[in-house]
Amino acid sequence: MTQQPVLQGRGLVKKFGKVTALQGCDFELYPGEVLAVIGDNGAGKSVMIKTLSGALQPDHGEVLLDGKPVHFNTPLEAQYAGIATVYQTLAMSPALSIADNMFMGRELRKPGWRGKYLRQLDKPAMEKFSREKLTELGLMTIQNIKQAVETLSGGQRQGIAVARAAAFGSKVIILDEPTAALGVKESRRVLELIKDVRARGIPIVLISHNMPHVFEVADRIHIHRLGRRLCVVKPGEHTMSDAVAMMTGAMEPPGETQAA
Amino acid sequence: MSDTGTANQNSSNQSYEDVLKDAATTVAEFEEDESFSRKLQNWLHSTPSAVPMFVLLAAILVFGLILGSKFFSPFAMTLILQQVMIVGITASAQTLVILTAGIDLSVGAIMVFSSVIMGQFTFRYGIPAEISVAIGLGAGALMGFINGVLVAYVKLPPFIVTLGTWQIFLAANFLYSANETIRAQEIEEQAPTLQLFGESFRIGGAVFTYGAVAMIVIVVLLAYVLSNTAWGRHVYAVGDDQEAAELSGVKVKNTLIQVYTLSGLICAFAGWALIGRIGSVSPTSGQNANIEAITAVVIGGVSLFGGRGSILGALAGGLIVGVFSLGLRMIGTDPQWTYLLIGALIIFAVTVDQWIRKGTA
Repeated sequence: MTQQPVLQGRGLVKKFGKVTALQGCDFELYPGEVLAVIGDNGAGKSVMIKTLSGALQPDHGEVLLDGKPVHFNTPLEAQYAGIATVYQTLAMSPALSIADNMFMGRELRKPGWRGKYLRQLDKPAMEKFSREKLTELGLMTIQNIKQAVETLSGGQRQGIAVARAAAFGSKVIILDEPTAALGVKESRRVLELIKDVRARGIPIVLISHNMPHVFEVADRIHIHRLGRRLCVVKPGEHTMSDAVAMMTGAMEPPGETQAA
Repeated sequence: MSDTGTANQNSSNQSYEDVLKDAATTVAEFEEDESFSRKLQNWLHSTPSAVPMFVLLAAILVFGLILGSKFFSPFAMTLILQQVMIVGITASAQTLVILTAGIDLSVGAIMVFSSVIMGQFTFRYGIPAEISVAIGLGAGALMGFINGVLVAYVKLPPFIVTLGTWQIFLAANFLYSANETIRAQEIEEQAPTLQLFGESFRIGGAVFTYGAVAMIVIVVLLAYVLSNTAWGRHVYAVGDDQEAAELSGVKVKNTLIQVYTLSGLICAFAGWALIGRIGSVSPTSGQNANIEAITAVVIGGVSLFGGRGSILGALAGGLIVGVFSLGLRMIGTDPQWTYLLIGALIIFAVTVDQWIRKGTA
């Protein structure tokens, strides 16, 4: 593939004391695709994602966005650059409202003197925007945008986290195990959400242990093992058991490791 | 979005989802026939100051019925305001810290040390009282800042940090003041500015000290900031789930340091008001301020686990204690009854807090 990756990692290294979480890890995400990342527990998937999304800084190696090297010190910087991440924990404040959570860290202020001098938040505008975004993603069952996030079901919370990412992630959305805590029905809903987002042209990185989900929505699968990328495979060319075998070291990766 | 299992094109493993097309499409999460207690829980959840406000009104009503116009008078009502002034101001500071899931055991020590600095700078060094007050406020903010740095950057538990600084600030207070009290009369003659918040004005039978007015202004100001500014929402988010706040893009460390610094500043302000309240500057005053502030905050429905509660609740908590103290004193009971009832109220308040959390988890 000659296309330029939207998001790229080159030779990423990250150590925590004596533990090496990433050793020379590469990563590429191309426009408009869903790239699944699979790997055993402790393979370093989450560390890689955190490095790409600004939550951690690599010891060595570089992150490139649209081909340009970038250096994010905080998740907020990555978000401003267009990379939105939905963490496994969802990163939501349970006691705060849906609108509060959608705009956490990037609140809107009222226009004019009330915003400028009193720093007053524009709550109606934030609520309206949140409602529109949720409706866009078909999450209309939420009735009150002011209700606390902890009053919602797991699937609804996930939906809001994805909606937040879709609303502010203009270039890339990273989903860290979005279906891990969900029931069958809620998982289905999140998979549909992923397809909706891809249909709108935004590439997605999907970290998951759920092979059926990965094989259903992914265009390519990045197999992570022992702190680095083992290979990239296409769902049509390999079976789920192949993928699991490679990920656990039971099978050699295909020769053409950069299959794109 | 539809729930039908349309997407099983590439794998037979998807077949278990086929039955989803027959899945119920109604949304189970929003049953219309919610029970009364469930509705109450949700309402209390969105209105955290409702319980203390209700208790406050009920307490005023009960004492009013028992004691009649003696209690139910503008004079008695404003007397309560004067008596809870110090607790109200320190409880505001404490609320900020507790909302971030912290605790500030040093509020009383910062208050007393700041008041001593204001007094000693004026009398020992002959600095104009206005400048001494500014220095005292700065010292309070600095003490809060030290707490904040230890909590945010050294990452020590707030309880440990402020347990330590409480002792340090209090000892520094005694060492610096050499245990010396500046008498009220001297202050009145030479530096009346220090007693500003003890001065009062009357509206009919009501007596308002400037200190009581200042307390209300502080509470209203903080209530606005907490609910209507981004910074206020961040304070809640930090207390609710610190990691989530960090990942959402809140500058957690800055927010924590700002909260502790502001808490220190407010406590120093309470120190200034304290001079007005007792007239003199004494390094031994305000010994119970810590416990009283925490009591007011807890009775006010602010969760010690952080992220929940309101500053108005904390003020109500302080006023409840004030109403009980004055009411029971007017009835003529042993003052220990006040403590007994306050103790019961604390347990009641935390029980309600737990119930609200459980209902919405």
